[in-house]
Amino acid sequence: MGRVRDLLQKRETPASEGSPVIELGPSRAAPRQSVPHTLKVGRASHVGQVRDHNEDVLLTLESSQLGDQANEPLGWFVLADGMGGHQAGELASAMAVRVVTYELLNEILRPYLFSEAHDASQSPLSEVMVNAVMAANKAVYDQVQGGGTTLTCALILGHRAYLAHVGDSRAYLFADNKLRQITRDHSFVDRLVELGQITPSEAAHHPQRNVLYRAVGQGDALEVDTYLEMLPAQYRLLLCCDGLWGSVNDDQLAEALRSAATPQEACDRLIEAANAAGGKDNITVVVVEPQSHSG
Amino acid sequence: MTPELDTHKITAGLKTRTGATLAVGQVLQQRYQVLGVLGMGGMSAVYQVRDLRFPNVTKLCAVKEIINLAPDPQLRAIAVQNFEREANILATLSHPAIPQVYDYFSEHDRSYLVIEFIDGQDLEAYLGEHAGLLSHEMVLDWAIQLCEVLIYLHSHEPPIVFRDMKPSNVMLDKHNQIRLVDFGIAKLFQSGQKGTMIGTEGYSPPEQYRGVADPRGDVYALGATIHHLLSKQDPRLEPPFSFHERPLKAANPAVPDALVEVVNRALEYDAEKRWANITEMYEALKAVRGPLERGGTRTGTFHLSTGEIEPVWVFACEDEVRSTPALGEGVLYVGAYDHNVYALDAQTGAFRWKYATEGGLASSPCLWQDRVFVGSEDRLLYCINAQSGRIVWTCPTQGCVRSSPRVEYNHVFFGSDDHQLYAVNMQSGRVAWRVETEGSVRTRPAIGDESIYFGCEEGSVYAVDIRGVVRWRFATRRAVTSSPALHEGIIYVGSSDHTVYALDARSGWAVWRFRTGKAVISSPAVDMGTVYVGSVDNSLYALDARTGRQVWKFTTDNQVTSSPATLEGAVYFGSVDGNVYSVDARTGALRWRFRTGGPVTSSPVVGEGVIYIGSTDHRVYALAA
Repeated sequence: MGRVRDLLQKRETPASEGSPVIELGPSRAAPRQSVPHTLKVGRASHVGQVRDHNEDVLLTLESSQLGDQANEPLGWFVLADGMGGHQAGELASAMAVRVVTYELLNEILRPYLFSEAHDASQSPLSEVMVNAVMAANKAVYDQVQGGGTTLTCALILGHRAYLAHVGDSRAYLFADNKLRQITRDHSFVDRLVELGQITPSEAAHHPQRNVLYRAVGQGDALEVDTYLEMLPAQYRLLLCCDGLWGSVNDDQLAEALRSAATPQEACDRLIEAANAAGGKDNITVVVVEPQSHSG
Repeated sequence: MTPELDTHKITAGLKTRTGATLAVGQVLQQRYQVLGVLGMGGMSAVYQVRDLRFPNVTKLCAVKEIINLAPDPQLRAIAVQNFEREANILATLSHPAIPQVYDYFSEHDRSYLVIEFIDGQDLEAYLGEHAGLLSHEMVLDWAIQLCEVLIYLHSHEPPIVFRDMKPSNVMLDKHNQIRLVDFGIAKLFQSGQKGTMIGTEGYSPPEQYRGVADPRGDVYALGATIHHLLSKQDPRLEPPFSFHERPLKAANPAVPDALVEVVNRALEYDAEKRWANITEMYEALKAVRGPLERGGTRTGTFHLSTGEIEPVWVFACEDEVRSTPALGEGVLYVGAYDHNVYALDAQTGAFRWKYATEGGLASSPCLWQDRVFVGSEDRLLYCINAQSGRIVWTCPTQGCVRSSPRVEYNHVFFGSDDHQLYAVNMQSGRVAWRVETEGSVRTRPAIGDESIYFGCEEGSVYAVDIRGVVRWRFATRRAVTSSPALHEGIIYVGSSDHTVYALDARSGWAVWRFRTGKAVISSPAVDMGTVYVGSVDNSLYALDARTGRQVWKFTTDNQVTSSPATLEGAVYFGSVDGNVYSVDARTGALRWRFRTGGPVTSSPVVGEGVIYIGSTDHRVYALAA
């Protein structure tokens, strides 16, 4: 497709003004590639101190390739916090996580592995993710009576993260020494905070803080939030359920993400902190970071 | 003292799903013969029955059955009592919009209410079946009828708060009269376990969640109902209390401002700020209807009633101006179909120089220091001295050059109808490399991160590195004439297959896509997280850059092939309807409109408080921003 006539050789001048000087000549080096990296993942789930079963589910899948012809890394991370009595909670969260993963892999694994040319007949990534969540929604609605679940999924491709989200589990990005919540809670109290009617600390103690206005498995009509994050070279992505963020404040989250040596250590410390604060609910955490491989 | 019109509290903790318990043909009280099921709710079912007391005619009634499943016999007795009390109140009401209550009884742990059968359709179903938006005159008429019945209820001693106003509780009968149904006797039920979902009703005011039920709640709910009917946005699917973030005007531009104001005030979060009572809202709605009866409003257009804006200056060329001007150092450069490139004083429009090529100019000039680069239908790319207007060099191609050049890395990048993208040395005019594609290249390339992105008429979008090697290719279904815009790692581009695509600049994967009604020839502009782009379906769209969701849309009277430009909170663009528009970037509200003598297919360029745009009426206009 590309009939190359002459090649441009790039000098090492920074592109700040948008015009590094480039001259004609046979190329000696291909354009700069980004430094190859893989993904490092930490995971933990704990029943907590009060409950006797764990209605949370996490699922992680990660593909790392190295070598000159390697693809960029791919990661798939899902977290679900189930609700509804009599086992409906565990069934709902487990079903949602499996169905959404199956649907997503079907649509993206092949083009990812074979770098096939892209065209308009493929669904864009955000639609693929929304359709996958809708499939999970239908499966839970049809098969788990009275069950519902939150569902927060993150697809990482190279240095981009695509998220699809319903409920009050959360995704945070820790980068540049700052913690930022990516997703929005679909909880009634979060809405009141958004409107400035109550403060975040009032929300933490509000009697209706567990009430959601959106969840997976509740009915046909479901709106799924999608997010696109361009990830910096260094970051830690955190996915967690309300068992963590409801007992541990932002400063503690940031501190664990900042100082833990590995993502797994960060997860273990966060579980410990939530249990120390009472552990009233199940606690589930995933932490992802890039790991560069130079040379 | 306001009576609680539901048994919700008593029956908390029960199962939700119920099936229809009565069979067709079954007879209740030896009088009511079941004909079929009309509807099912959380704790109730409504049947159509025939009253057998009238054997010679078919007297139809509706029977509402409440299933009382309280496990405790004492709770059951209280539920029955409550239900009786409510039914008795209903029985005393008499209003054309309220169905008549004929009878009430309990049988086998169930309670039944026999009411007038309404032959019609509820407004939620009506809305679903109606393609496109409803006429605001019709919705206004319904709203006024609803006020009348609410006033009746609130004037009762003690006042009756309806508490359940929403489109599915309003029926339209065969005479187009509004009928209120479902007096909250059977409310939708939710279980009370940990973290359980309450399907937020969406129409209820915030204080209702704190247990407060006063008549001002009906004001809010009526506002929510009208908002849903006019915008077709179901509040149950949106975040709670988000009406003010979803302006009516954006969803339905035909709604008159006066009506928008009445609805907005009804939807104030703080009950003190709303209409103090339904009567005030009723008077306000009637006042909206009054003036409207004299003249109609055309859907889709917005007419300025006061004077139009005056241009700062106007310059006439000898033929159509179809391309975007370029602005640099107080001089405006623009090409016209009369074969000339003009240099005009940006402040006054005074003529500086012109250069005659041998073909029409569809390409927009590009400036770099003291050079102007522009392509012509005479197959050449020109490099002209910006001060003198004298030629510096030309670069020949094998096809018309309708693409607009872009300068970066000391080279000029542009496409030709000979299917190639060229990289030409800026100083010498020598070709460094060319990339062969399968269609004419008419877009202006986007450049960033050492890659060049462009589209071609065969439908593909290409990403090429600075050596001219293709990195990826994304195939759309029809020509890509729109020029891609690169912003924060995403390429935004339109295609004649009606769609706006957001592509990941590194890999070429589509991140999202947005379908418009017709071809997208306009090139997107990105500003403050929003993508602005026009479509041949007559509208200018504002889409969220990350998710592709529509923020607003502005409809003109003809195609929008012009590419928008943004400046300080406003979006500027032209339409084939002959106008240049300035629209508020956040809300899509019209700021001003300027009429030219012909379709405006070119795009504006923004300067210091002035925008410059050409029209097919041969003129270049400078307009105050």
